[in-house]
Amino acid sequence: MSDRALRTALPFVMLGLTVFVWDLAVLWFAIPPYVLPAPGVVAATLVNDAPLLLQSLLVTLTITFQGFLLAAVGGIALAIVFNQWRVADYALYPYAVILQVTPVVAIAPLLLIYLPQPLAVLACAWIVAFFPVLANTTLGLNSVDRNLLALFQLYKASRWQILLRLKLPAALPEILAGLRIAGGLSLIGAVVAEIAAGSAGAGSGLAYRIAESGYRLNISRMFAALLLLSLAGVAIFFVLSALSHALLHRWHESAVRQER
Amino acid sequence: MSASAVVSLRGVGKTFENGTVALAGLSLDIAEGEFVSLLGPSGCGKSTALRIIAGLSEASTGAVTAPHDDVGFVFQDPTLMPWATVADNVMLPFKLGAAHSADASAAVTQALARVGLSEFAGAFPRELSGGMRMRASIARALVTEPRLLLMDEPFAALDEITRFKLNNDLLAVWQEMRRTVIFVTHSVFESVFLSQRILVMTARPGRVFTEIDIPVAYPRDESFRTSAEYAGYCRQVSEALAQAMGVVA
Ligand SMILES: Nc1ncnc2c1ncn2[C@@H]1O[C@H](COP(=O)(O)OP(=O)(O)OP(=O)(O)O)[C@@H](O)[C@H]1O
Ligand SMILES: [Mg+2]
Repeated sequence: MSDRALRTALPFVMLGLTVFVWDLAVLWFAIPPYVLPAPGVVAATLVNDAPLLLQSLLVTLTITFQGFLLAAVGGIALAIVFNQWRVADYALYPYAVILQVTPVVAIAPLLLIYLPQPLAVLACAWIVAFFPVLANTTLGLNSVDRNLLALFQLYKASRWQILLRLKLPAALPEILAGLRIAGGLSLIGAVVAEIAAGSAGAGSGLAYRIAESGYRLNISRMFAALLLLSLAGVAIFFVLSALSHALLHRWHESAVRQER
Repeated sequence: MSASAVVSLRGVGKTFENGTVALAGLSLDIAEGEFVSLLGPSGCGKSTALRIIAGLSEASTGAVTAPHDDVGFVFQDPTLMPWATVADNVMLPFKLGAAHSADASAAVTQALARVGLSEFAGAFPRELSGGMRMRASIARALVTEPRLLLMDEPFAALDEITRFKLNNDLLAVWQEMRRTVIFVTHSVFESVFLSQRILVMTARPGRVFTEIDIPVAYPRDESFRTSAEYAGYCRQVSEALAQAMGVVA
């Protein structure tokens, strides 16, 4: 079997195995569904509750996407500002770090006090996703080849030209790496904020469904919602990886298929 | 200073912030259309001198005359933009507005033809061999037909066969265009083969130790490379270089 086929097949084999053992365990130990529902029950819940769950998924995905977009635009823009004006870098970077190292779970309740809930959730998604974009873009913008920079200066390139034609393209691999991390994180941020809003919240996202189902001991719906969340995360990762590959595959070593 | 000098350095010194004295009392004159090599041991300040001539670095002392806005520069590494095709890389000087040409793409096509890369216009740098990347870099420096071409050990990383080939190609282009070339190298053989004049430099601090004329007519080809005359000049230049380095020891 080729390496490639193995890499595609094995995760599915593992999945099948897990579901099988899970099902067997529930049956063997006669575990009641309000403790651990069998895979079939979860699947049935997924189908039966589909309208409700999908609507919640849409809510969570929308917030995630908005948070991601804000993080991408904000992170890249701020990195450019830092790169162009050192004073801004010195003044603001520490705060970006503080925002990053403070656990978002701890910030969320506070945000929920000051902001209407949807906005607070969005803010959380943004806070966690924004820093990797900023940090990676900054790194990329600063690691431009010195000789290429000298060449641009030799040809009397303006600051603007150096940014657009040299620094941003050179930073693209790092920017995309940052975006890949940010995609997953913005989902996490949205979920954390929804959970923090919890019973108080009037939200209807997937995380809210999980919290709500937990109070009602509707364990199978918790599992179904969790499954959808994971799938959403995986989908985000794949979309961003594909974007990265599309933009880099012709020239960057990380994305080039090595020919031997 | 001779009337026709394109580049003229008078008592140029360069001291870096960390206190390194890279150049002191460096004086040289390069005439229009001349092919001159700067030859010297590693660390003697050749690159520093070239960067000062190009206007990429400021001299700490002394006077510098050079056509700063009409210069082509070839670095030791190809220094191509990996995200752009060969043609786009060569187009860069026009894109940045440093030079104007009625037909920039025709100029690019011609420059690529000069270095034998016409078929690779659409390739990305990573798809080329080391020698081909160097050619692309040379094409980019040539595309504006600069008055002054500065080359910093452009072939140092290449194998001997490729190096000889590129030496021949470079001379062919130079004879066709007749622009001024300052060529930095630490290879005695390369400097003798290419240049009309060799400035042997000495280190710590860097300055011109002596200069040697190579009054051999062009075109120079393989028969020159294997001639006794060539061997004689190489010996003479080697001795001068040894003396220059002896001054340091
Ligand atoms: N940016 C810098 N800061 C401090 N010192 C420097 C800098 N650039 C060069 N030097 C020093 O200046 C001296 C001359 O350096 P330069 O690069 O000009 O040498 P070179 O003749 O080109 O050597 P090589 O043949 O190895 O390329 C060296 O001693 C080097 O350490
Ligand atoms: Mg050097």
